[in-house]
Amino acid sequence: MHCFRWVRLLIVVALVVMVPVAASPAVGVAAGRPIVVGVIMPTTGDVAAYGQMAWVGIKLAHQMRPTVLGRPVKLVLADNKSDAVEAANAASRLIQKERAVAILGPATSTRTLSAVPVAEKAGIPLISPTATNPAVTQGRRYAFRVCFIDPFQGKVAARYAYQVLKARRAAVLIDVAQDYCVGLGQYFIREFKRLGGKIVAVSKCNTRDQDFSAQLGAIKAARPDILYLPNYYTEDALVARQARELGLEVPMLSGDGAQAPELVKIGGSAVEGFAFTAHFHPRSATSQVAKQFIARYQQARQKGQVTEDLTGFHVLGADSYLVLLDAIARAGTTGGAKLRTALASTKGFQGVSGRISIGADGNAVKSAVILKVSGGKFVYVTTIEP
Amino acid sequence: MTGPEFLQQLINGLTLGSLYALIAIGYTMVYGILRLINFAHGDVLMAGCYIAWYGVVMFHLPWWAALAGAMALAALLGVLIDQGAYRPLRQAPRISALITAIGISFLLENLGLVVFGGRPKAFVRPEVFNHIYQWGELRVLSLSVWVPVITAVILAGLVFVIYRTRTGMAMRAVSRDMSTVQLMGIDTNRVVALTFALGSALAAAGGVFWAMKYPQINPLMGVLPGLKAFVAAVLGGIGNVVGAMLGGMILGLAEILLVALLPEMAGYRDALAFVLLIAILLLRPTGIIGEELPE
Repeated sequence: MHCFRWVRLLIVVALVVMVPVAASPAVGVAAGRPIVVGVIMPTTGDVAAYGQMAWVGIKLAHQMRPTVLGRPVKLVLADNKSDAVEAANAASRLIQKERAVAILGPATSTRTLSAVPVAEKAGIPLISPTATNPAVTQGRRYAFRVCFIDPFQGKVAARYAYQVLKARRAAVLIDVAQDYCVGLGQYFIREFKRLGGKIVAVSKCNTRDQDFSAQLGAIKAARPDILYLPNYYTEDALVARQARELGLEVPMLSGDGAQAPELVKIGGSAVEGFAFTAHFHPRSATSQVAKQFIARYQQARQKGQVTEDLTGFHVLGADSYLVLLDAIARAGTTGGAKLRTALASTKGFQGVSGRISIGADGNAVKSAVILKVSGGKFVYVTTIEP
Repeated sequence: MTGPEFLQQLINGLTLGSLYALIAIGYTMVYGILRLINFAHGDVLMAGCYIAWYGVVMFHLPWWAALAGAMALAALLGVLIDQGAYRPLRQAPRISALITAIGISFLLENLGLVVFGGRPKAFVRPEVFNHIYQWGELRVLSLSVWVPVITAVILAGLVFVIYRTRTGMAMRAVSRDMSTVQLMGIDTNRVVALTFALGSALAAAGGVFWAMKYPQINPLMGVLPGLKAFVAAVLGGIGNVVGAMLGGMILGLAEILLVALLPEMAGYRDALAFVLLIAILLLRPTGIIGEELPE
C-alpha cells in the first residue's frame, strides 16, 4: 500500500518534530510536591512573537526563583495559537487537568478577555504580563496585570505627537478585530482632540490583512502630519512599507504592540524613525533584580537560546512570575482567595521593569517609555510618568 | 474623492487583483480538469513561499532561481499529495475528495507551524521589483507592473499546454470522462499527477509574488489568498483560466473601492468577497464567462 506508507511516514516525521516541543521544561530542585503555575501564551499564530518573548522571560525568572514556600515551582505552558477560544480552553485545561494555582498570560487583550472568566469562575488568580485594555480587569476579582493600561498609553502617545512632534493633523488606522487596537485608538483620538489637534482620517483594517493601499490612499489624501497605528507588529510593518511606497512620508507612531523584532525585519528601511510607547528599555533598568535578569538574558543569548534584543515582553513576562511568587510567599499558601488578597496588596515590589504596585482594581501603576527605530534597533527617546 | 486619488485607488485595485488572478489560475485549472476544489492550494502556496525563502536566505540563490526551485518542489509536493491523499479516493464520491482536500490543508498548516515556527519571516523583494514609478501624485511599484505581465505570460503558456499539446489533450479528455479515457489506453494517473504538478507550481509562483508584494510569510498566510482566489475563480467561472484572471481583477478592484469609497465599511472587506461569491452562485452559478456544466 504505497499511499499508506507515505501517510505513515508523515505522521512519524510530525511526531518526531513535536516531541521536544511538548516536553515540559521545568524540573524541580527542592523537596515537596511542585506548585504548578500555568502559562497561557500565543507561541504560534499572528502574535506569536509576544508569546515567545514573554515565555523566555518567565523561564528566566523561574531560573532566578525556582522555589517558593519550600516547594519547587513547575511551569506548564499552553499555546493559545493567538486565538481567543483556544485561550479559554487552555485556561480550563490548566486549572482542571494540571491543577495550576495561578495563571500567567495570555499576552494580548482579546485573548486575555476570553481566559479571565474561566479563571474568575474557578477562583484562580490570572496575571497577564501585557494585556493593556482596561476591560481585562474591570469588575473582576481574580484578574491582574503588571503593565500600564491603554488610557494612559494613548494619552502619552497623543502628548508626544502634539507636544514633541508638533503634529496638528493626525490620521489613525485601527485594526477593528482587536480590543486592544480599538481601545488604544480611541484613547489617542480623545486626548489628541483635547489638546487641540484635529483628527483628519480614521481608517479600519482587520488582523491578517496584508493590503492597506486603499486605507493609506484615503489617508494620504487627507494630508495628515502624523499617522497613529495602535496595532500589532506585523500590521505595523506592512502599513509602514506600503505608506512609504505610496509616498506618505509623515512620522508614524504606535503602541507597545510594535515592540517585536519582526517590526524591523519586515518593515526594513520603511520603519526608520518609527516611534512607539513601550513598557521598558534596558537603559532605564537600574535595580539589582533588573541587572540580574539582564545578565541571565545575555547568557541565554550567548548560548543561542534567544536571538533577539531584550524587549518589554521578556521583562513583563518575568515580572508577572516574580509578582506571583512574591504574593505566594506573603500569603503563605497557594489557596486562591488568600493569594488574591496578597496580589491585590502588592506595594512597591521591585520587579525587572521597575517598582510595581497593584491597586484594588488589579491594575499596575507604571511609567511608559517612548522608543523609536534607529539603524534597525529600538532606541530610547524618553520616559513619561503617570 | 479627487481625480488623482481615484486613479491611485484604481491602480491599487488592479495591483491586488492581478495577484488574486495569478493565484486563481492554478486553482481553476485543477478544478477544470479534475472537478476537485483543491482547498490545499493556498497551503501549497505557503509551502512554496517557504521554499523560496530558504533558497534566498540559506542558499543565497538569486530570486529567479529561488522561484524556479519553489515551483519545482511545490510541483513535487502536489504530486505527493495526489498520490497519498486523492488517488485512493479516485472512485469515491466527490465529497470525500473535497473533505480530504480540507484535511490536507489543515495538515500542511500545522506541519508548517511545527517545522517553520509560528512567527512571521521577512521576505526579500528583489531590486527589480522594488522601484517606484512616479507621475505627479501617482505612485506605482514596479512589482505591480510586472505581476500582470507575468500573469499574462503564464496564462498564455497554460492555454498553449492545454490546447496545443498531447498532454493537454489528455487533460481535457480526462476532464470529460475519466473511465472512457482509461479505456483508450491513456494513463490517467499520470495525467492527474501532471495536473497537480502544474497547479502546485502555479500556486508557488503566485505565492512568491504575493510574498514579494506583502513581504512577510507565515504558516497560515495561504488561507486568505487561497479563499480569495477561490472566490475569484468562481466569479470568473470555475474551470475557466481566462475567467479566473477576470474574476481576480474584479475582486481586487471591488475590495479596494469598498474601502476607499466607504471607509466605514472597511471592516467588512473580507465579507465582501464572500457576499460576491454567494451572489454569483445565486444569479449565475457558471460564473461570468464560465461554460455550461455538462450533466
